Amino acid sequence: MKIKGRVWRFGDNIDTDQIIPAEYLVTGDSEELAKHAFEKVRPEFAGKVRKGDIIVAGKNFGCGSSREHAARALVGSGVACVAAASFARIFFRNSINISLPLVECVVDAEDGDEIEIDFGRGSIEVNGRHFAFKPLPKFLQNLLGSGGLIEYTQRKLGRKAHELASQA
Amino acid sequence: MATISEKILAAKSGRKKVEPGEIVEAEVDYVMVNDVTGLPAFEVFEKFNAQPIREKVVLIPDHYVPNKDIASAEQAKAMREFAKKYKLQNYFEVGRAGVCHQHMIEQGFVAPGRLIIGADSHTCSHGALGAFSTGVGSTEAASAMALGKLWFKVPETQKFVINGKPGKYVMGKDIILHIIGDIGVDGALYKAMEFYGSTIELLSLADRISISNMAVEAGAKTGIISPDKKVFDYLKGRVRGKYRPVYADKNAEYAETFTYEASDIPCTVARPFLPSNTAPARELGGVSIDQAYLGSCTNGRIEDIRMAAKILKGRKVHKNVRMIVVPASKQIFEQAMKEGLIKILMDANAYVSGPTCGACLGGYMGVLASGERCISSTNRNFVGRMGHKKSEVYLANPAVVAASAVTGRITDPGELKK
Ligand code: SF4
Repeated sequence: MKIKGRVWRFGDNIDTDQIIPAEYLVTGDSEELAKHAFEKVRPEFAGKVRKGDIIVAGKNFGCGSSREHAARALVGSGVACVAAASFARIFFRNSINISLPLVECVVDAEDGDEIEIDFGRGSIEVNGRHFAFKPLPKFLQNLLGSGGLIEYTQRKLGRKAHELASQA
Repeated sequence: MATISEKILAAKSGRKKVEPGEIVEAEVDYVMVNDVTGLPAFEVFEKFNAQPIREKVVLIPDHYVPNKDIASAEQAKAMREFAKKYKLQNYFEVGRAGVCHQHMIEQGFVAPGRLIIGADSHTCSHGALGAFSTGVGSTEAASAMALGKLWFKVPETQKFVINGKPGKYVMGKDIILHIIGDIGVDGALYKAMEFYGSTIELLSLADRISISNMAVEAGAKTGIISPDKKVFDYLKGRVRGKYRPVYADKNAEYAETFTYEASDIPCTVARPFLPSNTAPARELGGVSIDQAYLGSCTNGRIEDIRMAAKILKGRKVHKNVRMIVVPASKQIFEQAMKEGLIKILMDANAYVSGPTCGACLGGYMGVLASGERCISSTNRNFVGRMGHKKSEVYLANPAVVAASAVTGRITDPGELKK
């Protein structure tokens, strides 16, 4: 899979309180959450982000709370992928589980640059420069590609129900 | 040869042995959600058309309860209704519980060798009792409610050894702040931390919980301490079901080992806006404060309140300061009343509230205005964490919080006049 998009550039240690401030944690709705994404640190983000935009960040993106609301707010904003030098682990899990693609890679890009990500080849192109990344482990690729953990759980439950039925 | 994390993950996934980096599906003992992470989990759960594995699910409203507004009231109601609908016994209503991690421990859900997940990042607190316990998101909490299992990437483990007797007012909080200051907020990213050494053995369970609690502030997946007699004694008459302690092999492989001397660790404060931005409290005497906050899953335990009361006894909170005290649970509150600590705090002009997360995450009960500064016993000092984006949070231990409340500026308690 390949995607092309416009860059929003962020620095290191972008915490979940910056992505979605705690006072908006009274809904799980992605679109609703998206209205307040990065509100305290980049108030223009919510109004200007377009479907298919890509976040490029430094290290430890998504550190802090376990709030899945952060990943959901980005999905609701239409963000197609986050490429960061590294991710905080709960944010990483949440994103994969709800099918928001992540790429762990140090990328040199600025706001507004056009970026292309080739997930299969593990390469990123921006401003004529190439950056390589290690694709996710198979299990996670499958999880991401097949509708995330919701689908996965449903399939397992289906199998479980089936197993029970065949035992009966 | 395996670390505690590797052994627990192996046992829970029915394997003899697991390697760091491997992805396993492991059986969880408990899955906890709070009022904030609960609602999205319940919405996801409804899509499964399944029954939850009742005995594994724990629901603890704590972030915005008692409800701070209509939206949070609806959220809390959703949890109540979910508990009713599926006849979940382990739902803890307002007035019976407290901050989720403290309540999980008090209620005997947490024990050595267990694998516990919670849709809250500070679930790693339980590592202080020798459990592999880690924060997850809402979707995976929902999945675990239905399947009883979840995927885990086996983390590498870092070993932290702290030796010696800590200084008079040096607490678990200072040790973990010192470590985070040393290794950084991503110093333990994706990894498990294990804590050893004579200092750790000396510490109370409360101090150990503060250490494990903030493992996530270094990016860690969990922060584990080898269980000892202090843990077993605490669990007597409290723990639910049986448990089996798990220890690391003598020759376990660690990704890295860090060694510290307790005597090198002063009362430590993390300045805005990262927990790694540390400095000794005694060097920050020029920083005036507007609020002093004592509470949270990091430092809202009875030992913390005792420490603050010891400092505030016969003293008054500075005229320019509001001091807010929030015991982390009902049991702690009751104990503090029994010991006369609440009276001491109130005589000093502190405001005391019932247990809640409240202002720790900028929810309510002490939110900061623009330009205000708070010394806080909590665990995060990110931009806007406790309120306005132009407010500031300094993280410290309960003794520093109390001493600063008295002087109106950041104060190492050792500097207070007798
Ligand atoms: S007390 Fe603070 S850190 Fe602890 S669970 Fe509540 S909001 Fe989170």
